[in-house]
Amino acid sequence: MSEITPERVQHLAMLARIALTDDEVQRLTGELGAIVDAVATVQQVATPDVPATSHPIPLVGGMRVDEPGEALTTEQALAGAPDHDGSRFRVTAILGEEQ
Amino acid sequence: MSADLIRLSAAELSTKLAAGEVSSVEVTQAHLDRIAAVDGDVHAFLHVSQDALATAAQVDADRAAGAELGELAGVPIAIKDVLCTLDMPSTAGSRILEGWVPPYDATVVARLRAARLVPLGKTNMDEFAMGSSTEHSAYGPTRNPWDLSRIPGGSGGGSAAAVAAFEAPIALGSDTGGSIRQPAAVTGSVGVKPTYGGVSRYGAIALASSLDQVGPVSRTVLDAALVHDVIGGHDPRDATSIPDAWASMAEAARRGASGDSLKGLRVGVVTQLRGDGGGFQAGVSQRFQEALDLLAGAGAEIVEVSAPNFEYAVAAYYLILPAEASSNLAKFDSVRFGLRVDVAGGTVEDVMAATREAGFGDEVKRRVILGTYALSAGYYDAYYGSAQKVRTLIQRDFDSCFAQADILVSPSAPTTAFKLGEKLDDPLAMYLNDVTTIPANLAGVPGMGLPMGLAPEDGLPVGLQLMAPARSDARLYEVGAAIETLLQDAQGGPVWAQAPALATTGGVL
Repeated sequence: MSEITPERVQHLAMLARIALTDDEVQRLTGELGAIVDAVATVQQVATPDVPATSHPIPLVGGMRVDEPGEALTTEQALAGAPDHDGSRFRVTAILGEEQ
Repeated sequence: MSADLIRLSAAELSTKLAAGEVSSVEVTQAHLDRIAAVDGDVHAFLHVSQDALATAAQVDADRAAGAELGELAGVPIAIKDVLCTLDMPSTAGSRILEGWVPPYDATVVARLRAARLVPLGKTNMDEFAMGSSTEHSAYGPTRNPWDLSRIPGGSGGGSAAAVAAFEAPIALGSDTGGSIRQPAAVTGSVGVKPTYGGVSRYGAIALASSLDQVGPVSRTVLDAALVHDVIGGHDPRDATSIPDAWASMAEAARRGASGDSLKGLRVGVVTQLRGDGGGFQAGVSQRFQEALDLLAGAGAEIVEVSAPNFEYAVAAYYLILPAEASSNLAKFDSVRFGLRVDVAGGTVEDVMAATREAGFGDEVKRRVILGTYALSAGYYDAYYGSAQKVRTLIQRDFDSCFAQADILVSPSAPTTAFKLGEKLDDPLAMYLNDVTTIPANLAGVPGMGLPMGLAPEDGLPVGLQLMAPARSDARLYEVGAAIETLLQDAQGGPVWAQAPALATTGGVL
């Protein structure tokens, strides 16, 4: 059995910055438990002698030449932002009172 | 006139446009009329372009002035909403990006425009491409044109339904675990997931970066090839883009349709993908066996090949995908684009968490949290690390299969289209829809889905999947076109032509 508990779901949601409701935590605990049990089968064949593959078609030297290219204007970059002051993204307080 | 235009392939439209028999404005108007008439029921589109007719008129004017135009110039195309478009909202089916208009075009969209295709609009999809039914779209599901009570597949159900319902001759999709090929199967259309790195992902809103590929959706193999030739090839803006030169996919498709590409071809049937363990619908297995018999009759050599580690592909996929998605979706932070939910007196992190709670749907939350777990300290080696090892084993299985066969075949999906709602409350059952398509994404090899008939028990389309070695996309088109011809000759016509008529509103179509 997996180790998915409501407390763990709550903690993972905090790490993922998703403010789940209590109902969601309860439902996800059951669903994620079943999913984790199912996907854990990968451990049956993932023996130490098998190397890991991160990308299916490995490429080296995928970097562009380091020279100025087409870039967004400040106006374009800010166009989709929920709030800005004309040159920067505007957000609420970065630090809470306890910090 | 316009009712006929919508049933033509992109290749046929191209011929008529070049000959001056029809204008791009007429072709585009015919498809816009069709969208107006049927999309209330089908809901393939999230947005219909306001500029399509003006774009078409400009192509007509340039053609009249004698401009050199590409083969698909003036042909309308639908674009999956995962792709960024300068002139249309790009939401990836998510509430968190509602109304967002990107400041740039995806490279594939820019290439469509440069080749003078006419963007018709943006198609519906499961939120951030997470799903196999489009039921996870924040804007409501797309319905299958063959039976409006059934799913059109996913995540690209909108693009597949659009071509199957004659709302567009061709479309773009994206395929991370089957999101082009599985919708093709259940809507009787054609779709191709190119070799990983064969088509640029710049401007494709990322789901899982080691799996995602953009590809064509159509009703015929040649049309998919024509679109592939427009969108494919190296892009310096995508670090995973393969720099090699590519053969013409359209030439390959034409060669396949006219020649005897099947003679002596070694066709590998993957034991693990033929449903011997159950779970495959009888009509799917029957049509698959009939297709194999036809291939053998045309001179192909059918060989049985084994890929024992494919059994672990779905499990590996549902670790790798959530892990990468949890990282990719961190960009939706309420700061730079998209939704922001204010929290009185809250910090930016409180606002972020409230925004993501309100802006993400259930499946996205499920996968982001699963991915966060798979990447956690103490679990990384057991889950994500093991899944990456399975990926190596699956690549080795493909290598061994391709040593014995030129092309691999399987059903594209285990069943025909299921009912809306049928699997929505059972995530694991939904994940198993992709059992046949996921291995190709894990290994990066190209895959094609094309129709192989209707299941006798429900009269719904059944798909055949072809897989070729990495970089051998042209082989898919050559063999795919040959099989398409073979099946149509045997069945007396294409599968798409058998789709039932849709009720229409406010139009004559």
